[in-house]
Amino acid sequence: MIVIGLVLVAAVVVLVALPFLREPVATDDRLDAPTDADARRLALIEERDHALAALKELEFDHRTGKVDDADYRELVGPLRQAAAVALRSLDPPQE
Amino acid sequence: MADLGRAALVVTFGLAVYSLVVGGIAARRNERRLAASARNALYCSFASTLVAAAVLATALVRHDFSFRYVAAHTNRHLPTAYALSAFWGGQEGSLLLWLLVLTGYGALAVAINRRLLRDLTAWVVPVIGGIATFFSFVLVAVASPFDTQTAPFDGAGLTPSLQNPYMVAHPPMLYLGYVGLSVPFAFAAGALLSGRTDERWIVATRRWTLAAWTFLGIGQLLGAHWAYVEVGWGGYYAWDPVENAALMPWLAATAFLHSVMVQERKGMLKVWNMVLVALAFELSVFGTFLTRSGVVNSIHSFAKSSIGPWFLAFVVISSVFSLALIMWRLPLLKAKTKLESALSREAAFLYNNLLLVALCLTILWGVLFPIVTQLVKGETRTIGRPYYDFFLRTFGLPLLLLMGIGPLVAWRKSSLRGLTRMLAWPIAAAAVTGIVLVVVGAGSSRPGLIAYTFSAFVLTTIAVELVRGTRATGSLFTLVARNRRRYGGYVVHASVVLLAIGIAGSSAYSSSVERRLALGQSMTVAGYTLTNRGVTVDRKPNVTETRAHLDVTGPWRGSLSSGDNQYVNPPEPSREVGIHTDWLRGEDLYVIVDESHAKTGVVFVQVLVKPLINLIWVAGIVFLFGSMVALWPDAREQRRLVARLAPVVP
Repeated sequence: MIVIGLVLVAAVVVLVALPFLREPVATDDRLDAPTDADARRLALIEERDHALAALKELEFDHRTGKVDDADYRELVGPLRQAAAVALRSLDPPQE
Repeated sequence: MADLGRAALVVTFGLAVYSLVVGGIAARRNERRLAASARNALYCSFASTLVAAAVLATALVRHDFSFRYVAAHTNRHLPTAYALSAFWGGQEGSLLLWLLVLTGYGALAVAINRRLLRDLTAWVVPVIGGIATFFSFVLVAVASPFDTQTAPFDGAGLTPSLQNPYMVAHPPMLYLGYVGLSVPFAFAAGALLSGRTDERWIVATRRWTLAAWTFLGIGQLLGAHWAYVEVGWGGYYAWDPVENAALMPWLAATAFLHSVMVQERKGMLKVWNMVLVALAFELSVFGTFLTRSGVVNSIHSFAKSSIGPWFLAFVVISSVFSLALIMWRLPLLKAKTKLESALSREAAFLYNNLLLVALCLTILWGVLFPIVTQLVKGETRTIGRPYYDFFLRTFGLPLLLLMGIGPLVAWRKSSLRGLTRMLAWPIAAAAVTGIVLVVVGAGSSRPGLIAYTFSAFVLTTIAVELVRGTRATGSLFTLVARNRRRYGGYVVHASVVLLAIGIAGSSAYSSSVERRLALGQSMTVAGYTLTNRGVTVDRKPNVTETRAHLDVTGPWRGSLSSGDNQYVNPPEPSREVGIHTDWLRGEDLYVIVDESHAKTGVVFVQVLVKPLINLIWVAGIVFLFGSMVALWPDAREQRRLVARLAPVVP
C-alpha cells in the first residue's frame, strides 16, 4: 500500500510539474488570451450571428405562418439592414 | 487499505488547493506554463479521487468491517449490488461521490475546451479547484469514509428501504445532476473573472447544463417511483424537504435553459442568466446540505452529523462571491437590445422564467420555514402539503399554458391577429376536451379539469408546430435535424404534459377505502372487489416476511399480497405494498396492509385506485428521449462554433 501511495504521489508531482519539465525556459510564457481587439472582433461576430439568425428565424416563422405578410414586411427591412451593418463592420471595404 | 484511501484524499485536497491558488495566480498573471500546471493538477485530482473511490468500493464489496463506514452501512447478508450502493447510502460515501463527479466533470470540461477557450478555462480551473477544495477538506478533516476500527463480526446493515433497485440508480443520477451544475457555474464565474462575458461560456456549457438537468429530472422521477413502490403510503412525492432540495435546482436550471436562448438570440438577460446559473449551483450545494446535515426532518436524513455548519459556511461564502462577481462586472453585462414587444418569444421566455423562479423561491421558503421559526421562535414549525399544492397550481398551471403559447409566438414581435390564428386549433382542442370531460362526469375536480384542458391545448400546439414546420422544410427529419434543441425541447414539453395528466389523474380522480377485513370478508373500491384469503408468515435468516393475501375480481382478476418485512440486521421494518398495473386502463390498484394477524387472519387494509398514474413514469421515458434529441452532438453546430472562434483563437 505504501508503495502504491508513493507511486501515486510521484506520478502526481511529475504531471503537475510537466509544463516546466518540458519547457524549463519559455521564450513566451504568456497565456494566449484574446486581446482587446480580438474581444471587439468577437463581439462583432456575435452581432453578425445574432442578425443572421434573427433573419433566418423570421423567414422560418413567416413560412410556418407565425408571422403574417404585413408583420414580415415590417420586420424584415430593419433585420436585413442590421445584418448588412454587422457584415460590413467585420469586413470593412478595402481602400 | 484505508491508509491508501486516506492518502489519496489528502493528495486530492493538496491538488485542489494547488488548482485554486496556483490556477488563480496563473490566470491573473497570464502565465501559460503555470496555468497548464494547475490544469494538470485538476486532472490528477480526479485520478486520486478515483483511487479513494476504488478503495471504498473494494471495502464495501469485500465486507471489510474494519472500515467504520462499511460496518455502519452494510452487513454480510447484503447482496453485492446493494453493498456497492451503500457507497452513496451514507454521508461520507455520498460526499466522496460528489467529489469524484466534480473532479471528473471539471477535468473533462476543461480538457474539451482548453484549446478553443484557453483564456476562459484558465479561470475555470481555480473555480472548480475551489469547490473541490471544500469537498476534499470535509472528507479529510470532518467526515472521512476511511476511519477504521477493530472489525466486528458483522455490520449494521443497509436501511431496508434503501435495498431497492431504484436506490441503486436514484442517488447517483441526482449527484450527476447536482454536481453537473458546477460546470456552467465555473464557466460563468470564469467569464466574469476574466472579464470576457461574451457568449463563449454559454456555448461551451450548453450541453453540460442540459445533461445535468436531464440527470436531475430522471433522478427525481426514479426517486418518485422508489417512494411509490417502497415507502408504501400510496403517493410518489410528499414535498419532503430533501425531495424539494432536488426540485429547486432543477427549476432554476429549467429557467436558465430557457432564458439563455434569449441571450443567444438577442444579447439580452445577461445579468439574469448569471444569477440563474449561480442560483442553480448554490441550490445544488444547499440540497446536499439539507440531505446530509439533518437540519430538517426528512425520510432522507439517514445520518445527522457535524458537516452542517461547514456546508452552510460554503453556501454563504460562494453565494457572496457569486453576487460580488456579478455586481463587479455589471457594466460588461449590459443588454445589447431591448424587449420590443410584450407579445414576443423573448417575452414568453421571460414570463416562463418569472413563474419558474417564483415557484422555486416559494418552495425554498417552505423548506427554510422550519429553520427560520426554530431560529426566531425556538420552535420548529413546518409547512404542509396545502401550501406547496397551492403554489404548484398558482404557478404550474400558467406555466403549462405558457408552454403551449410560447412556441407559437414569433421572436421580436407577434401580432394579436396572427397569434389568434395560430391558436385556433389548440383552443378548439382544449374546448372539446373540457366539454367531453364534463359530459363523461370528470368535471368534479376543477384543478383536474383545468389541467386536462391545458394539456390538450399544449399537445395540440406541439402537433401544430410539427405539422407546419414539416410543411415548411419538406420532412420531419430535416426539421428536427435543423434545430435539435428546439424540437427536443418540444418532446420534453410533451413529457411535462404527460406528467401533468398523470399527476392530475392520480390525485384528482383517485379512490381510496380503508377497512378491517376478517378472513373471507370482502370490500369494493372503484369496481374492484378484494377478498381476504388469509395471512402467511415466512421466516428467513435475516428477515421475517408477513403477507396478507387478497383475491381481486372486477376489471382485473387475480391476487395481490401486501404486508411487512421485519429485518434482524438492521432491526428495522419495511412495508411491502401490492400493486397491479393495468396499462390498458392506465391505472394502478394499490394495496397497503397496515396491520395483519396471522392467527385470526384479520387485516387492516387500505386500497387505492389511481387512474393514469403510470403516465408519470411514461413521461420519464419521453423526457429522456427529448433530452437525448436536444443533447445529440451536432457536427454543423460544432463547425459553426469553430468558425466563429477561429478569428480570435491564437
